Amino acid sequence: MSGDLIFSSLFLRALLAGGCLALACGLLGVFLVLRRDAMISHGLSHVAFAGVALGLALNLMPVVFSVVISLAGSLLILRLKEQARLPGDTAIALLSSGGLALAVFLMSIKKDFGAELMAYLFGDILAIGPSEVYLAVGLAVVVSAGIFLNLSRFIFMTFDREAASVSGIGLKGLDRLLVMMSAVTIVLGLRIVGLLLVTGLTVIPAAAALQLARNFRQALLLSSLFSLLSILGGIVLAYVLNLPASAAIIFLALFIFILGFLFKRLKGQQTM
Amino acid sequence: MILENKKEEVIRVEGVSFAYERVPALVNINLSVHRGDFLAIVGPNGSGKTTLLKIMVGLLKPGQGRVWLFQQPLEDFNQWYRIGYIQQKATNFDQIFPISVAEVIAASLNSISRPQKPGRGQVRQKILEALRTVGLENEAGKSMNSLSGGQQQRVLIARALATEPEILLLDEPTTGVDYPSQENFYDLLGQLNRQKHLTIVLVTHDYGIVNRHINRVACLNQKLFYHGEHAEFCQSDSFRELLQGGHHLISHRH
Ligand SMILES: Nc1ncnc2c1ncn2[C@@H]1O[C@H](COP(=O)(O)OP(=O)(O)OP(=O)(O)O)[C@@H](O)[C@H]1O
Ligand SMILES: [Mg+2]
Repeated sequence: MSGDLIFSSLFLRALLAGGCLALACGLLGVFLVLRRDAMISHGLSHVAFAGVALGLALNLMPVVFSVVISLAGSLLILRLKEQARLPGDTAIALLSSGGLALAVFLMSIKKDFGAELMAYLFGDILAIGPSEVYLAVGLAVVVSAGIFLNLSRFIFMTFDREAASVSGIGLKGLDRLLVMMSAVTIVLGLRIVGLLLVTGLTVIPAAAALQLARNFRQALLLSSLFSLLSILGGIVLAYVLNLPASAAIIFLALFIFILGFLFKRLKGQQTM
Repeated sequence: MILENKKEEVIRVEGVSFAYERVPALVNINLSVHRGDFLAIVGPNGSGKTTLLKIMVGLLKPGQGRVWLFQQPLEDFNQWYRIGYIQQKATNFDQIFPISVAEVIAASLNSISRPQKPGRGQVRQKILEALRTVGLENEAGKSMNSLSGGQQQRVLIARALATEPEILLLDEPTTGVDYPSQENFYDLLGQLNRQKHLTIVLVTHDYGIVNRHINRVACLNQKLFYHGEHAEFCQSDSFRELLQGGHHLISHRH
């Protein structure tokens, strides 16, 4: 039924954008999970959603607008954590409800973009245009480069913040870089799996990788691999079985996580 | 450098006071460390030892007073590769963290900016060398959370040594390490101090084990009430109190 779709440019575009997103999510996710910052993607997704609504309301490119707003939001989360002495999750709650409130408000004053906005709520992989694919490729390159160029520093800071601080590496700058890269990744994810599932995309593959990895290199590799498998596999599954892609992607990611978990349990029992 | 017998002052703490939320932890501390010193900071639990060390490495800003590192005001100091620091309970890291012993050391070696950045092969070399020093050369590939607490502590010591600092500041580094390993460890510190002229600042409750290695002592309990030569310390009231009361100055190992 979908044989012709498989080779359509629509489908290839979805795979390409999805693959780029997968790489960025897989790499970032490991750091977010280990830093106990998993919910940052949750908060940022709401801010990004408000950005989309604002873009639609002003008739500007919603994705570009959303990137800008999420970048600002990511820096605000850090600020709140540092200066208002808020626990991280509270800072995120402030921002995510603020973001959603703004989106709801904008929807009420400009009623005709409800359907378009829905696409960002649940993701709409078929809606990805050629220009957004370029954006996805570009952003994925930026995020991957940002991580690999600072890999040692990110590992040091995540593993032992106090020692890293004394070693004179600029922790504040690195924190900022990490949340800004997360913001950019979230906006991409919003397009593909939507606001409601994007947190899972950044967190589940990394969580699965942590079940199995014995060193950091393995964690990054497995997390990227699981993320790729989930997104690309999910897109294909969605076409074949005629499911919503976002649901298929998250189901697949959860399935991999469960496999990883069971594998670890089995291995653990053997060595006991 | 002007007078040959006058050693370079590498740490200077001047009039430092510190309070956590108005509760004073340190009051008017003056202390200096010279190149080649092996200084032990002793004092009971809660006496401000950790606080003082954190101030020395810039993790905490003193409420009053100033700190100099290598004669530069701490605010302007940026040669952090010259400083090694091992915090108290350093092994309290996340046990789910997937990282190998070699990666722990590599992350720090590759992060710290220094005039001559080591190449890839050199990094490998330095990692193995540092692990050999602490007797863990065969564990480089092991994952950190598969090691015992004492072994983890030694990895962190290797990490600090790998960057070849000129000053090493350690905050109760042998908590959770068995007695023979403690002795080995302090022998190692003594050796590094004597042979490589590594300056060492050690916070410890194990005065009995370290006393043959150290040459200076600081007794702390909010205020500094002894700071000077180890030999003189043995004649001081502080030392008598240390021997008699024990718990006044030094609390027992936990
Ligand atoms: N983060 C903090 N917030 C508030 N008070 C603190 C904090 N850290 C330490 N203190 C207090 O400051 C005082 C000095 O603490 P510090 O940790 O420097 O002592 P210490 O000599 O290192 O003790 P120990 O031998 O137990 O390690 C203590 O009274 C402690 O309760
Ligand atoms: Mg302490």
